Amino acid sequence: MLLISCPWCGPRDETEYHYGGQAHVPYPETPADLTDEQWAEYVFYRDNPKGHFAERWMHSLGCRRWFNVLRDTVSYDVLAVYRLDEPRPELPTLRDLHQTAEAAGGNR
Amino acid sequence: MAEPTIDAGAGPVALRRSPLAHLAERMRAAAVTGARGVTLTEWPFLTMVNLRVAPASEAAARIEKTLRTPLPRECGRTTTSGPHTVAWLGPDEWLVLSQAESTAVTAELRAALGGDPGSVVDVSANRTTLELSGPAARQVLEKGCPLDLHPRSFAPGRAVSTTVGPVAVLLWQVDDTPTYRLFPRSSFADYLARWLLDAMSEYRGPVNVIEC
Ligand SMILES: [Zn+2]
Repeated sequence: MLLISCPWCGPRDETEYHYGGQAHVPYPETPADLTDEQWAEYVFYRDNPKGHFAERWMHSLGCRRWFNVLRDTVSYDVLAVYRLDEPRPELPTLRDLHQTAEAAGGNR
Repeated sequence: MAEPTIDAGAGPVALRRSPLAHLAERMRAAAVTGARGVTLTEWPFLTMVNLRVAPASEAAARIEKTLRTPLPRECGRTTTSGPHTVAWLGPDEWLVLSQAESTAVTAELRAALGGDPGSVVDVSANRTTLELSGPAARQVLEKGCPLDLHPRSFAPGRAVSTTVGPVAVLLWQVDDTPTYRLFPRSSFADYLARWLLDAMSEYRGPVNVIEC
């Protein structure tokens, strides 16, 4: 069970939420000009990263608001929670941490 | 808030049936008294008005003046004034619970909103009210509510949307007894009432564990 902090209600069990897929997928600016392939790309194709993933969640049994969650798809850690009008927080990835450690001369 | 005092009188109002009228007798019979006491009661036909308005707007200020109480700005908060209690549902959404007559409350709030963006909708028939009260009430809820209901994090005057069993409810703690009011959608009320009756039944039996 994930414990997710709604930006408005605080920490609640995963069962109070609904998953909404990848975040930051903008609606096409000129939908009329899209080819079938581009439409398919927009509607069906999503990233499937190993690691940090920004996704949408809705607090359906609480305040019924959509918001974004930055989650690690390997550890399932909820790394950050932010509102739809806030930018994706910059978090160091594992590789960044590794490189920083190498630059500092450690972790050899 | 005390017991609703709306006079049914004659006409359509006298003909309405509450979602739990058929369970009234079973709820009465399930009452447990004593140190592990707990009771379940329905308060039907409470006035409920859903309110949506931008919290920083002039319309919100007019509505607060009409209600004679500020709209709570934080999850879990309620504010009370006279017959009205306002519960927070979302950052721009509230539920006004009232003992006053629903069409009058709705009309007043709608007038206060005026032509500004927002909505005032009489949703009195959307939910019913279940009151669970007694020393064992918290233990009954804890069998199926994911919230921490311990007094250190939940107290009288707090109301949150959550689940009890599988049913979505607005859960409001009224006093230290503790007394809780649960607001399930009408169509889920029968299931929730039976779930609570079942959860209450063990407290009738002899105490054979040490309570802490
Ligand atoms: Zn929420």
